[in-house]
Amino acid sequence: MHPAFSVLIFTVTSGAGYGLLAWLGAGQLLGFTQTLTVNQQIIIGLMAMVLVSIGLVSSTMHLANPKNAWRSFSRFRTSWLSREAVFAILLYPVAGLYAAAIFWQWPGVNILAGLSMILALVTLFTTSMIYASLKTIRQWNTPMVPALFMAYALISGGLLFLSVDAFFGTLKPQLQAVVMGLVVITLALKLVYFFWQGKPQGATIQTATGFSQASVRLLDAGHSAPTFLNREFGYQVAADQLLRLRIIMTLVTFIVPLALVYCVFGGLVRAELLGFAWLIMMAGLLLERWLFFAEARHVVRLYQGEQRT
Amino acid sequence: MKLGLVVDLDTCVGCHACATACKQWNTSGTIGPLSDERPHGKDPSGSWLNRIHSYEVGDSPHSKTVNIPMSCMHCETADCVTVCPTGASYKREEDGIVLIDQDKCMGCNLCSWACPYGARELDPNSGTMKKCTLCVDRIYDEQLPEAERQPACVLTCPTSSRVFGDFDDPDSEVSRLTRERAGQQLMPELGYNPVNTYLPPRIPKQQDSIAVSPMQGVRQLVNRIINR
Repeated sequence: MHPAFSVLIFTVTSGAGYGLLAWLGAGQLLGFTQTLTVNQQIIIGLMAMVLVSIGLVSSTMHLANPKNAWRSFSRFRTSWLSREAVFAILLYPVAGLYAAAIFWQWPGVNILAGLSMILALVTLFTTSMIYASLKTIRQWNTPMVPALFMAYALISGGLLFLSVDAFFGTLKPQLQAVVMGLVVITLALKLVYFFWQGKPQGATIQTATGFSQASVRLLDAGHSAPTFLNREFGYQVAADQLLRLRIIMTLVTFIVPLALVYCVFGGLVRAELLGFAWLIMMAGLLLERWLFFAEARHVVRLYQGEQRT
Repeated sequence: MKLGLVVDLDTCVGCHACATACKQWNTSGTIGPLSDERPHGKDPSGSWLNRIHSYEVGDSPHSKTVNIPMSCMHCETADCVTVCPTGASYKREEDGIVLIDQDKCMGCNLCSWACPYGARELDPNSGTMKKCTLCVDRIYDEQLPEAERQPACVLTCPTSSRVFGDFDDPDSEVSRLTRERAGQQLMPELGYNPVNTYLPPRIPKQQDSIAVSPMQGVRQLVNRIINR
């Protein structure tokens, strides 16, 4: 699949924003935001919504006909993209009420915190299901995809929460341990995903043409210059380069930030370095999302000369 | 009604006439124009609703060239319709034709991702998705003589390897051909239930050896009589 830059930015930044909001809501419910002042809590909420908004604006960039984008709320019953649009917009008034509840210390603040957290997680889930529901791309059509998308959001949002916490001077070691544990779980899940992805399965040129008992080779794709289908689905990266990028991605997204958080946890380096760790993780997640697209092989490729997906 | 096409892979010669006729009709049809980029340049590209792929099936010297024209299969389980967030992509109740409302499409490409057959292409000019309409603006046009109320690709096919009809009617030609020639769907394992059906090439009759000496002919005749 062609990795559209606007979609990479969208899923990574809005993911971190939803993750941060989920941590803020969880902190309200579990009590670990009590060390923060009202203004500090509102700043964290604002940061989350700014990240989410950057992502959502970026997502409209890849529309070829954005003047009809408002119609995307209309097919909530069948379309995951429509569901995502509805939940993403619904979150704004709820998050606004949550901020008001923090500011004026309304009694219903816990309910609004919980609601914001749930809406953030539901929006993340609907985003991931856009990809996971496509039967045409076997690398995406797995429950591991929503699990991974939500895990990425929680670790990037969690690390950002820690960085801001450190900036305010209220860093909590327990929370650091929880985020480190989540990073390790996410890494394990991603490794499982890589191994699962390498297993040959799915449609082949035989099922695509109906000649199930013979060898089939494409002689002529039927066009002399690349088509929309080639550009959208024919994205090809050399296998050795993919392996190298997978290793770099694993190091940058998981290992380096994990090591930095551990050093802060052990008191080896200054806590302000957590912000640096978050930036490194975000760069790694961008590479991860690029790989997510570059390694996805749509079945249309079988009509463009590939033997299997 | 379940309207669709039967394509005979035995007789299709891969001449691309169906694709050209399709482009010609539909560029001025209800979803038109089907725009092109650099039509007279070095690498012309544009939206087509029908494309022909040529394959070598089997291993030489026992291989065969098979041409597979592909357009929208008007699937019974059309994921391209359910993934559409705007409601632009829809499947008609009355005849099963899958269409795109050009006034509603926002060009998000998701339907083309959901289609396993490459039937949907984004128009570079309008920014909306285009696909085969089964010539919905021809097949119901009562101004046309009845014989011409068929998709442009079917009318133009020089070897008559494309047949249009109603798969719900067991006596229609498409149903009969599918039954008698063991018509099959492409990539049935994905579960989209494509309506368009492809007739596999006929298996050539086993020929007796061509150069037969008179004595061998007699021997064969004797063997045949004995074995009876």
